[in-house]
Amino acid sequence: MATVEFEAQHCELADGESVLECLERAGHSIPNSCRSGVCHSCLMRATSGDVPPAAQKGLKETQRAQGYFLSCCCYPDTDLNAARVDGDSMRIRARLLSKESLNERVLRVVLDAQDSMAYFPGQFVNFARADGLVRSFSLASVPQLDEGLEFHVALVPGGKMSGWLHHEAVPGDELDLMGPLGNCFYVAGNPEQPLLLLGTGTGLAPLYAIARDALHQGHTGPIHLFHGALVAADRYLVATLSRLSEAHANFNYHSCVRDEAGPTWVQADVDIHALNLVPSLKGWKVYLCGNPALVRQVQRKAFLAGASMQDIYADAFLPAGG
Amino acid sequence: MSGLYDGIGGEAAVNAAVDIFYRHVLLDDRIAHFFEGVDMERQAQKQKAFLTMAFGGPHNYTGLDMRKGHAHLVKQGLNDSHFDAVVEHLSTTLTELNVDQAYIDQVIAIAESTREDVLGRSSAPDEAAHV
Repeated sequence: MATVEFEAQHCELADGESVLECLERAGHSIPNSCRSGVCHSCLMRATSGDVPPAAQKGLKETQRAQGYFLSCCCYPDTDLNAARVDGDSMRIRARLLSKESLNERVLRVVLDAQDSMAYFPGQFVNFARADGLVRSFSLASVPQLDEGLEFHVALVPGGKMSGWLHHEAVPGDELDLMGPLGNCFYVAGNPEQPLLLLGTGTGLAPLYAIARDALHQGHTGPIHLFHGALVAADRYLVATLSRLSEAHANFNYHSCVRDEAGPTWVQADVDIHALNLVPSLKGWKVYLCGNPALVRQVQRKAFLAGASMQDIYADAFLPAGG
Repeated sequence: MSGLYDGIGGEAAVNAAVDIFYRHVLLDDRIAHFFEGVDMERQAQKQKAFLTMAFGGPHNYTGLDMRKGHAHLVKQGLNDSHFDAVVEHLSTTLTELNVDQAYIDQVIAIAESTREDVLGRSSAPDEAAHV
């Protein structure tokens, strides 16, 4: 009979027993509600072993790719290593390799992880400083294309982590990384699907990663990346993204600045501009990153414009306490 | 009841219906405000669970769950007119998906049977709602 390894315990599956039932029988408390594969409360992650497809029905591709499964519907034939979904507390030691200004407020930070961290471009990571300060940053790098882990850090007024990274941290400084986390990444399998990538501020970081990852994996469908800024000084990676669109006929870069007119961008709210250009998002995959209010607003607009809920990946950059 | 669920098309039918149904609901000014500030993905999951139940599929809802789950909305003024609007959208969604009228009628009947619980009203003792 198959066993489930969970939190250092070996639980042997009884006949006809689901992973949820098995872990409950062993005394663990696993969130659950409908016990029918619909509500997703019992979501867990397989860190090793084969997850039966029936246990992944209804999950997003990105969740399936990470080994997530519904424990109430999971009847494995072979041994499985299961973990709680929010318990990804594995820490990796990392070292600052370089810092480079991308504009007045945004810093490109490149880290070297001592043990290489597997990640999907666009996921995020928690930086844990030695004194206990923790903040989240999205990965801008693509493992096959870049050395090191790249992040874009905006200087937040009074921001402890961003202030430290901008003004004090030097190459060689160490911190721990926790993760990777998040669902905002490209999954192969539909190379002709049109992709809408929309973000503000350093929401550009994961979108830049996702676009390059998609192109690297041979995506042929149209990719439209919209970056919104309030003022022109908040734009960045302009030349890089322009070169990317010259190199790839299916990649399109749209720069929007809300409060200033100019020759190389559109003066508009980025979401209004995007939805004017693409009024129907039926069949599209949509990635939204950055300002939380905007992300939630565009999530709703994108859905009402025809995008399927399953195909909308919303990553709101929620501010920390300081 | 699995005759109904399988007849409509089971889980695939629920998946096809949920986006259509949820869009109708969000575009309806009579009821859209009840969904303000709600996490859309979580809400879509709840819609999926609701449709599964309404299609005669597997679920664990009791009358009490429906009552508790909607109590805060009842406080905000949820009433028969809102319930009617949602049932209307359920019907429209199934019609758009070319589901047989006989099945649609059965789905509407199931949805109807939750009215008293959803709206937090007491039912007659010999008609205690159990969904």
